[in-house]
Amino acid sequence: MKKVCVAMSGGVDSSVAAFLLKEAGYDVFGVFMKLWDDPESKSTCCSLSDSLDALRVSEKLKIPFYVLNFQDEFREYVIEYFIREYKKGNTPNPCINCNLYLKFNFLLNKAQLMGADYLATGHYARIVKEGDEYFLCKGVDGKKDQSYFLFNITRALLSKIIFPLGDYTKEQVRAVAEREGLVTARKKESQEICFIENDYREFLKKHGFREEPGDITDIKGNVIGRHKGYFNYTIGQRGGLNVAKGYPIYVIDIIPEKNIIIADREEYLFKKEFDIKDLNLLDHVREDRSYSVKIRYKHRGERAYIRIVNDKYRISFETAQRAITPGQAAVIYDGDRVVGGGWIERSL
Amino acid sequence: MKKVYFDHNATTPVHPEVAKAIMPFLNEKFGNPSSIHWAGREVRAYVEEAREKVANLVNAQHSEIIFTSCGSEGDNMAIKGVLMGNLSKGRHMITTIVEHPAVYRTCKFLEDYGFEVTYIPVDNYGMIDPEDIRRAIRKDTVLISVMYANNETGNIFPIKEIADIAKEHDIIFHTDAVQVVGKIPIDVKELGVDILTASGHKFNAPKGVGFQYIRQGVKVLPLISGGHQERELRAGTENMIGIVAIGEAARIAKEEHQKKEQEIRYLRDKLERYILGNIPETYINGHPERRLYNTSNISFKYIEAEALLVMLDMKGIAVSTGSACSSGATEPSYVLQAMNLDPLCSRGALRISLGYGNTEDEVDYFISVLPEIVEKIRSMSPFYKKK
Repeated sequence: MKKVCVAMSGGVDSSVAAFLLKEAGYDVFGVFMKLWDDPESKSTCCSLSDSLDALRVSEKLKIPFYVLNFQDEFREYVIEYFIREYKKGNTPNPCINCNLYLKFNFLLNKAQLMGADYLATGHYARIVKEGDEYFLCKGVDGKKDQSYFLFNITRALLSKIIFPLGDYTKEQVRAVAEREGLVTARKKESQEICFIENDYREFLKKHGFREEPGDITDIKGNVIGRHKGYFNYTIGQRGGLNVAKGYPIYVIDIIPEKNIIIADREEYLFKKEFDIKDLNLLDHVREDRSYSVKIRYKHRGERAYIRIVNDKYRISFETAQRAITPGQAAVIYDGDRVVGGGWIERSL
Repeated sequence: MKKVYFDHNATTPVHPEVAKAIMPFLNEKFGNPSSIHWAGREVRAYVEEAREKVANLVNAQHSEIIFTSCGSEGDNMAIKGVLMGNLSKGRHMITTIVEHPAVYRTCKFLEDYGFEVTYIPVDNYGMIDPEDIRRAIRKDTVLISVMYANNETGNIFPIKEIADIAKEHDIIFHTDAVQVVGKIPIDVKELGVDILTASGHKFNAPKGVGFQYIRQGVKVLPLISGGHQERELRAGTENMIGIVAIGEAARIAKEEHQKKEQEIRYLRDKLERYILGNIPETYINGHPERRLYNTSNISFKYIEAEALLVMLDMKGIAVSTGSACSSGATEPSYVLQAMNLDPLCSRGALRISLGYGNTEDEVDYFISVLPEIVEKIRSMSPFYKKK
């Protein structure tokens, strides 16, 4: 019997993932990853009650369950990355690194050590086998699809991963949980970034960010106001700038080296091209055709060409896109299939 | 799957005779021992009988035994009760850095309220030097609290010597004997301790009951105020089930001390001998001789004990590592850290603690699956490969 380690967060998705694997005849055990322990925070992630919920589900399913400590790894690969990116004036997506490093590296290694053949999570995504090759694809629930957060998984690992919820909708998952009487059936969806309780700005201040005011300039470099420290702003943001211009202005760019925020009319937010770094390819990519590219999780994906320019991958949209934000991931799709993705660099 | 329980320092199974003794209190014997009528009188008699059995176990007077809910309550009562009850004498106490959190955290709590605490270090064997305690004594020292045996290493501390030092200086001496009561014979008079804390579930009574020996004449304030129960030192309607159980467990322990020690020591030694002889780079943590006969704290160098614990669990074997946080994630052991072990050793420390019900078959099963698991984990350890 093949052995599967399921990453259980104490939420309904991973609970149902564990149930489905058990039903499918796998030898299943659950692991709760203890990632973060901020005594001041009442945030729900990694909390005691979540690990207890996961334990209760495991006991119901009669599978072994362990809480494993990954706090050092989480601090190094997720928290420090998050802080570093904001220092650079970028807007990071910590969930992607958490998947890449914490789940599909550190946990996968531990799971294999514990005898697991596979690692499973409750992500809404699919791994499709064609011949001897494995491909990462969108989950069938278009509203919940989480393939965007998973683009960075090394291709060679896809054969060791199972996403049991890929063919399910969220409603179906809840229905399974209800039917099976899992205690997590009606639990609320976790939202936003797990280690941030309210406002990321408060978090950054607690981690050594000092609010250093600087100039706000328009696109031509004219000083039009003062900002309260560049990490307080995100590209595309309107308001909070305290600049009266007679027309709405938006954050167009953040220049950390000069401690400057560029703000101007919304039209300047629209751009066609940008470079990505650390491209992870999960399929062949061709220059002579267009792909659907998502530049943030909630972006619906727009047609773009991918070319190599100066040893870098350049993404060129057919139509200009609003707020292409450095630090976010650009994920390239061919239909449902994830072709690859990388991190957005400062736009051109 | 075969299930083997080697974690008796965490808790123990309820002895069948204890389970039998408490049955009437789940059924017809429901009275409140403080009641004057027949329902109260019949259960009151059982409370006092249990008190006598417990007193016999540690050679105390009947009136020197107070029932509590657990070891942590006992430790809290001893420390807070003594310090609060003797404010006119001073606000300083002495303890060790390897105490159970029930003592350690209580001390930390009191430090926040203006009390002062001196923490005595341990050597590489995890032992304390009584002379360190003598040197730490001040004019305003009110209490010395030192555990009888350490829960992680099983080290047995020189309690009589410390008690003598305390007596010389007219300081109250408390010992957390949670890991000792029921395992080896205790004579509180001979030891000369003033307060001794014990917990029922560590010697085959159920969870939720403990006892406190408080020498006649020692001034302690109650932790829980209220009714007249337990000589006004511990209010609250008596936990009949727990009290009857701990009395019965005390009776059994006293009768079977010798037999139990012989049997369990044999199993523990066999297990240790096998590991040290057959698995390379394994080391016993703790004092070579002055150690509980049931406990084995072994370091498997180059291994994360967390992985070892999990893989043994998958084979049905329950053991433990140093400490666990509230969610169950393993944390570095503060006891082994205090002993200054090589981190490559302390991270791979497993605590095996045997007790009532364990058999040689179980030990054989354990040593039959262990080497392969250790080898597998080591083969994936970057430290082991580098070697």
